[in-house]
Amino acid sequence: MDPLVIVSFLAAVLAATWRLATPFIYTSLGEVFSERAGVLNIGLEGVMLIGAFTAFSITFFTGSPVWGLAAAMAGGLTCGLLFAFLTVSLKANQIVVGAAFNLVGLGLTSFLYRSIFSGRMETAREYASFSPLEIPLLSRLPFFGEALFQQNLMVYATPFVVLAGAFVLYRTAFGLSVRSTGEHPRTVDAAGLPVGLIRYASVLIGCALAAVGGAYLTVAHTNQFNEGITSGRGFIALAVVVIGRWSPWGAFFISLLFGFFYALQLRLQAVSGITIPYQFLQALPYLLTLVVFVTLRKRADAPSALGVPYKSS
Amino acid sequence: MAPPSAAVAVALLVGGILLLFAGYSPLKAYAVMWTGAFGSLNNLAETLLKSTPLILIGSGLAVAFRSGIWNIGAEGQLYAGAVAATLAGIVFTGLPAFLLVPLVLMAGMLSGAIWGGLAGFLKVRFGASEIVTTIMLNFLAIIATSYLVTGPMIEAVGKFPQTAQIADAARLPRILLPTRLHVGFLLSLGVAVATYLLLFKSSRGYALRTVGISPDAARYAGINVGAGLLAAMAISGGVAGLAGAVEVTGLTFRLYQEISPGYGFDGIAVALLANNNPIGVIFTGILFGALRSGSEVMQMNAQVPSVLVSVIQGVVLLSAAALGVFRITQTNNQEE
Amino acid sequence: MSETILKLDKIVKTFPGTVANRGISLEIRKGEIHCLLGENGAGKTVLMSIVYGLHQADSGHIFYQGEPIDLRSPKDAIKRGIGMVHQHFMLVPNLTVAENIILGQYPPWKVLRRMDQVERRIEKLSQKFGLKIDPKAPVHRLSVGEQQRVEILKALYHGVDLLILDEPTAVLTPQESSGLLRFLKEMAGHGLTVIFITHKLDEVMQVSDRVTVLRDGRKVETVDTSEANPRILAKLMVGREVFLEQPSKKGTQGEEVLSVRDLSVDDERRLPAVKGVTFSVRSGEIVGIAGVSGNGQSELALALAGLSPTAEGEIEFCGEVAHNISPRKLSRLGFAHVPEDRHKMGIVLPFTVAENCILHDFDNHPYARNGFLQSKTITAHANDLAQRYDVRLSGVEQRIGELSGGNQQKIVMARELHRRPRLLLVNEPTRGIDIGATEFVRRQIAAQRDAGAAVLLISSDLEELFALSDRLLIFFEGRIVGETPARKELIEEIGLMMAGKSMESFSAEK
Repeated sequence: MDPLVIVSFLAAVLAATWRLATPFIYTSLGEVFSERAGVLNIGLEGVMLIGAFTAFSITFFTGSPVWGLAAAMAGGLTCGLLFAFLTVSLKANQIVVGAAFNLVGLGLTSFLYRSIFSGRMETAREYASFSPLEIPLLSRLPFFGEALFQQNLMVYATPFVVLAGAFVLYRTAFGLSVRSTGEHPRTVDAAGLPVGLIRYASVLIGCALAAVGGAYLTVAHTNQFNEGITSGRGFIALAVVVIGRWSPWGAFFISLLFGFFYALQLRLQAVSGITIPYQFLQALPYLLTLVVFVTLRKRADAPSALGVPYKSS
Repeated sequence: MAPPSAAVAVALLVGGILLLFAGYSPLKAYAVMWTGAFGSLNNLAETLLKSTPLILIGSGLAVAFRSGIWNIGAEGQLYAGAVAATLAGIVFTGLPAFLLVPLVLMAGMLSGAIWGGLAGFLKVRFGASEIVTTIMLNFLAIIATSYLVTGPMIEAVGKFPQTAQIADAARLPRILLPTRLHVGFLLSLGVAVATYLLLFKSSRGYALRTVGISPDAARYAGINVGAGLLAAMAISGGVAGLAGAVEVTGLTFRLYQEISPGYGFDGIAVALLANNNPIGVIFTGILFGALRSGSEVMQMNAQVPSVLVSVIQGVVLLSAAALGVFRITQTNNQEE
Repeated sequence: MSETILKLDKIVKTFPGTVANRGISLEIRKGEIHCLLGENGAGKTVLMSIVYGLHQADSGHIFYQGEPIDLRSPKDAIKRGIGMVHQHFMLVPNLTVAENIILGQYPPWKVLRRMDQVERRIEKLSQKFGLKIDPKAPVHRLSVGEQQRVEILKALYHGVDLLILDEPTAVLTPQESSGLLRFLKEMAGHGLTVIFITHKLDEVMQVSDRVTVLRDGRKVETVDTSEANPRILAKLMVGREVFLEQPSKKGTQGEEVLSVRDLSVDDERRLPAVKGVTFSVRSGEIVGIAGVSGNGQSELALALAGLSPTAEGEIEFCGEVAHNISPRKLSRLGFAHVPEDRHKMGIVLPFTVAENCILHDFDNHPYARNGFLQSKTITAHANDLAQRYDVRLSGVEQRIGELSGGNQQKIVMARELHRRPRLLLVNEPTRGIDIGATEFVRRQIAAQRDAGAAVLLISSDLEELFALSDRLLIFFEGRIVGETPARKELIEEIGLMMAGKSMESFSAEK
């Protein structure tokens, strides 16, 4: 093959990598907080869907994706409040509640979408969204130009959000208490800190960011909503957290890796003359997750109180 | 059974509010849903048809969950079973029914057991969290099915992404003509009873439950924990695979891309709601089956989107969790 | 008389099913060392957790420095200068010493950029008080003694006036213990008030100014230590004369049942925990293993029981090679094991008493036939065991989690002993159970020896080892550093060995 073709193919893959990684970055960063505090939320998929739908509908009616994003966060916080109430206050099983969130998230958003937008399918396809901001000059750079300097705001924001997340987790008193709560909640209790409140806060952060990750799909990545638009990204985010060893930067880079898998898959599908069935490419991210997951295993890093409700004696 | 029925009441209430909000009449919608689920012999049969895979999967998952392994992959295991059953049903056309039907079902079961056992193996051998691996295996099974029905296994005509029909002799007999209800429903009841006996009356079940509550105590008792987890994954996967085989041989007679509308995920709720007791699964399975088939009629006759059923199912699970139905299954694991 | 720093007035605290404190009133004077003495379950820890704000009393009042106070959480207590060192350390293993010490010190939004300042302050404190510790070390790398130092430093860092210590010597060698007691006395001399929870009489006599005895959730009496003696205190504590009767040591020793040669075992983190130990146990003798917990005893027990692989060396049991064989097979050879942690291993909490009684035999005849459990036989068996071992329960279909610790342990003993083992391994058999059950359990262990079984007893309670064993092996850092007859007069030598002085160096000094 012509080397120029290969280079431009790789440039295109790279350009899509960050874009496709963005929903994973937001969602997995949030889940890092949640799990570091000891709460496993397998309902991320449902929360992302709720975020995606809220952002879509508010943007549709207000014409402003900023409002849409804000509404998605509010929706995420509401989910978080409910999740924390059930798993922290009532000490319900986290997996049960997470599984229920996925059912509700899918059902609720599809139901409302059909109820509210069924007559406006056409118009619903056109609304404002975060559009790519080209950084002058830099975006013209060969090869990396498009990948790094022709993205939308929500994509550009990711390293800063992760930086902020890492700062909060490792450099503030709150972060210290979060990390302690996931390891040894009894100590946190004995130090006079409110274990329940810390878990609430972490779950709220987790769900708010998952909703942002979902919102990204409807107001930045595309400008449309369809049923089940997240298509399993919430589950991938769970794997990202584990492979990224429960650290914000780990989540960031593993998300990029997954973004790369997705981009590669999509781009390969677009290349003419390649006869691999598209399903093989579709399967790639999941297959690689399994491989990476099995080879990079190290369970010792998981917060030791993950998934265990805390009962002050 | 009191908390589960309270949970159902809460869920219907939430669904009602949602219906009101979206401009439907909840009473009318629910009335249509009820008739849709139980209003006629045919509707009842449709409900039981939808309950069949749920009871199967729920019973298997009850075994897994009691053994302390979170198999989220029943959906993928169902697909694996459906693929193998279809293959067997297409290939072995020459066999008589009394041989072919068991063969096809066994093929489905084996395939599901292997798919589930794979996650079990990764857990036991590499310590890979089964929650993540089973989710990945779900995607892989569904994508593989999509590949098979568009490629190697596509019907000879090649018009639609679906396989050829399986042999007539591979089809499950119907038991309530003129409805479509087939012998698979009875099979699901049998499997529920069998898994109940396995879990609570047999010494193997004692070992599995010990593994599920306290792996350390299990090792102390001389139980091979890894083998137990592997067995639990294979059993739950095998039963989910059987559910896939039953769908193919009882209902669809061929394989296509979306053979399951999410039975594998509903099955999780069905098992949990029954507190992982397979006898309870019969009832929660019928409940969820009724919700599903009722909601389809509701969509047809009252133009209410049937996806409402997911909300109701989810809220049933949430309120059951809130009401503390699942407390008993936790213990030893819980901090004091 | 010096002023009162803390006054408790009719404190009542109930938990579902039990009353922990039944109206306890108590006064603590400023600058004294006050012991709270009582059996397990007397309500000492609960009472002090109320003073520390971990629990809230159902009724009653707390006065601190003359003012009535309302403690909603430990935060309120810490703010007032009350600190507590818990029996199970309250430290986050993967954080550093400094991070552990400042946990909960600042409002959540506080940026912790200047950890080096905190670390310097800790270093200064640790020098001032002679509690050497590296503030940057992650806690899980520290020894138990060092972790306790961190706990005390934490309290000092917070500037406590009243320090509560819950059974602080349980994890220390006798010498470390007396070091701690000396330290506390010195601190009290500087005005610190200390409440010292314990059930060890000699500690009370050694360290305290006054002592309050609790029994069954009530205060029995507060006495000046100078006017008390161990005998009086024991009587107050138990409520009757006790002659902790020494079961006779008359077993007739027979052939070698267990022989261990150069055994090495790794722990969960794959670090060597047992490093080449050699010993044997004969029938009709109790061999005690003494040592501060965490020196390889647990790993030794697991390896002997077939629950963790051995790295090197040999185990021979009744003449058969017994390393790395399954617990199942060991059990068939006549091995019984009362594990260290009941809740984690010895019983299955949500199971019924009856189900727990067949933990090893669930698929053996007559409890299982053709793969099915025989519930009638199982129930009858459990009833029989419960009766013979004096287990208090409402029925064998009761969940075992609902029984008291003592009764749970009796079930474990019953299950293990009824099989008439040739070798009995008991690990911490009386930890956390009441005195009645303790006596019962000890008698049963002695009875096994008398009946000709070989017994290996691991315990961190020297009293228990002296009372039961024929000879002692002393463990330090995974090695046997000495062997002595189990005689109380040798406590000092044993203590030094527990701290790592080997017998050779010991005799060389002499």
